[in-house]
Amino acid sequence: MIRNVFRAALVSLGLLTGPALAEEPFIVVQSTTSTQNSGLLDYILPWFEAETGIDVRVVAVGTGQAIRNAINGDGDVLLVHAKADEEQFVADGWGVERFDVMYNDFVLVGPKSDPAKVKGGSDIVAALAAVSEAEAPFASRGDDSGTHKAEMRHWKTAGVDPTGASGTWYRETGSGMGATLNVASGMDAYTLTDRATWEAFGNRGNLEVLVEGDPRLFNQYGVILVNPEKHPRVRAAAGQRFIDWLVGPDGQAAIESYQLNGQQLFFPNAN
Amino acid sequence: MQGFATEFSSAIALILNGDAELWAIVLLSLKVSIFAVLISALIGMPVGAALAVARFPGRRMLIILMNALMGFPPVVVGLLVYLMLSRSGPLGVLELLYTPTAMIIAQVVLVTPIVAALTRQVVEMLAEEYSEQLRSLGVSRLASVPVLLWDARLALVTALLAGFGRAIAEVGAVIIVGGNINHVTRVMTTTIALETSKGNLALALALGAILIGIAVAVNAMVSTLSLRAEKEGLRHA
Repeated sequence: MIRNVFRAALVSLGLLTGPALAEEPFIVVQSTTSTQNSGLLDYILPWFEAETGIDVRVVAVGTGQAIRNAINGDGDVLLVHAKADEEQFVADGWGVERFDVMYNDFVLVGPKSDPAKVKGGSDIVAALAAVSEAEAPFASRGDDSGTHKAEMRHWKTAGVDPTGASGTWYRETGSGMGATLNVASGMDAYTLTDRATWEAFGNRGNLEVLVEGDPRLFNQYGVILVNPEKHPRVRAAAGQRFIDWLVGPDGQAAIESYQLNGQQLFFPNAN
Repeated sequence: MQGFATEFSSAIALILNGDAELWAIVLLSLKVSIFAVLISALIGMPVGAALAVARFPGRRMLIILMNALMGFPPVVVGLLVYLMLSRSGPLGVLELLYTPTAMIIAQVVLVTPIVAALTRQVVEMLAEEYSEQLRSLGVSRLASVPVLLWDARLALVTALLAGFGRAIAEVGAVIIVGGNINHVTRVMTTTIALETSKGNLALALALGAILIGIAVAVNAMVSTLSLRAEKEGLRHA
């Protein structure tokens, strides 16, 4: 019995050290769930990896957490969507330089029954005001993510402080976009989502897109190299190579060509 | 719900049709959790046994603490291990964050209290049972630890399985310290969390069914092994 346990231990040891010995160069990219859940990164990264031999390891969390992880040095590249916070990140010295990569847009989704009567509109601020007026269930990310920050901006413009209604019609999930969509789907609530996650989402239930097309729903993604002067172990050369590729013609073309359900989800706009 | 049932069975079929990527994920889950349990056994069994036989001030407090740690929230363990392994943390130079090793460390922290607490319980009972014999042989309390552990080996297998169950089913800690990186640190539970967040509920549930299947298989294998060991033990006796 003991001998068997030891044998099992040795076998698993062999399996464990196997891949670690043949280590390829890699970088860690702190990114947001939308780029992963939509399938974009799985689609474009193999091109970069084939061209450079650099393995890209993506940690997909909310933008707020991604930025904090990058401040701790736990990533070489930051790929997120909250421009003001990204610029702050660079201004504070944590990042080297910020580059625009691509954009898409946010949409307001909600139940087909549409108790707040916002369907077909293109004014996000008016729509949120109507939701709060009707006290219709609204699921908020509540997690300091890029989408959450965007949502809070629109509430502010609407002159509504929804957090006062937290726990009643305003429900903060404190979770990722997918988890929040699951909640909205389960309780027929409105929620603000990036279009990419929505298109890739499989459990829509009664939800549909109700408000879209407001210029204020613009959603810009940026990429930043984590500053090696702050964290000397940052894989700066490989990370810079990834950024150069992403904002260069090959990366931009790869982003342009990604489609889901016959729809382009991300629009490259690097300068 | 009929649509869901069809979706679920097609997801199961898809999985069982030898999806290489999925089996790599299953294998990584097993490797991480088995390894974590073995390390926890090396730490937890001697500690548990020593706590069972030794008498010192503060022993009761330690036992209470150890029992309480069995319910340590995985997310908190994940955070603590993250803070240790982060590049800004004390062990950052080891570059272990977002590797399977980091996940093993987190699971060791979760599993060791279980192994230690259950070992303590089993060994304490045995120590009471054999106390006269051991004393007449002139064996000191601490020296009796290996003998008692060996005698308790079948019960200890159950302790290890309890630890394995906690490790393989856990998601909160490994998703923080592993990062759920495709092909590197993505295990069964983090895949289930990811598919759920994509709204692929049938696929997520099918993966859950596979996870339960694996847990049943591991338990069956270990219980067969220990049954055989028990029979052999009786033959030798």
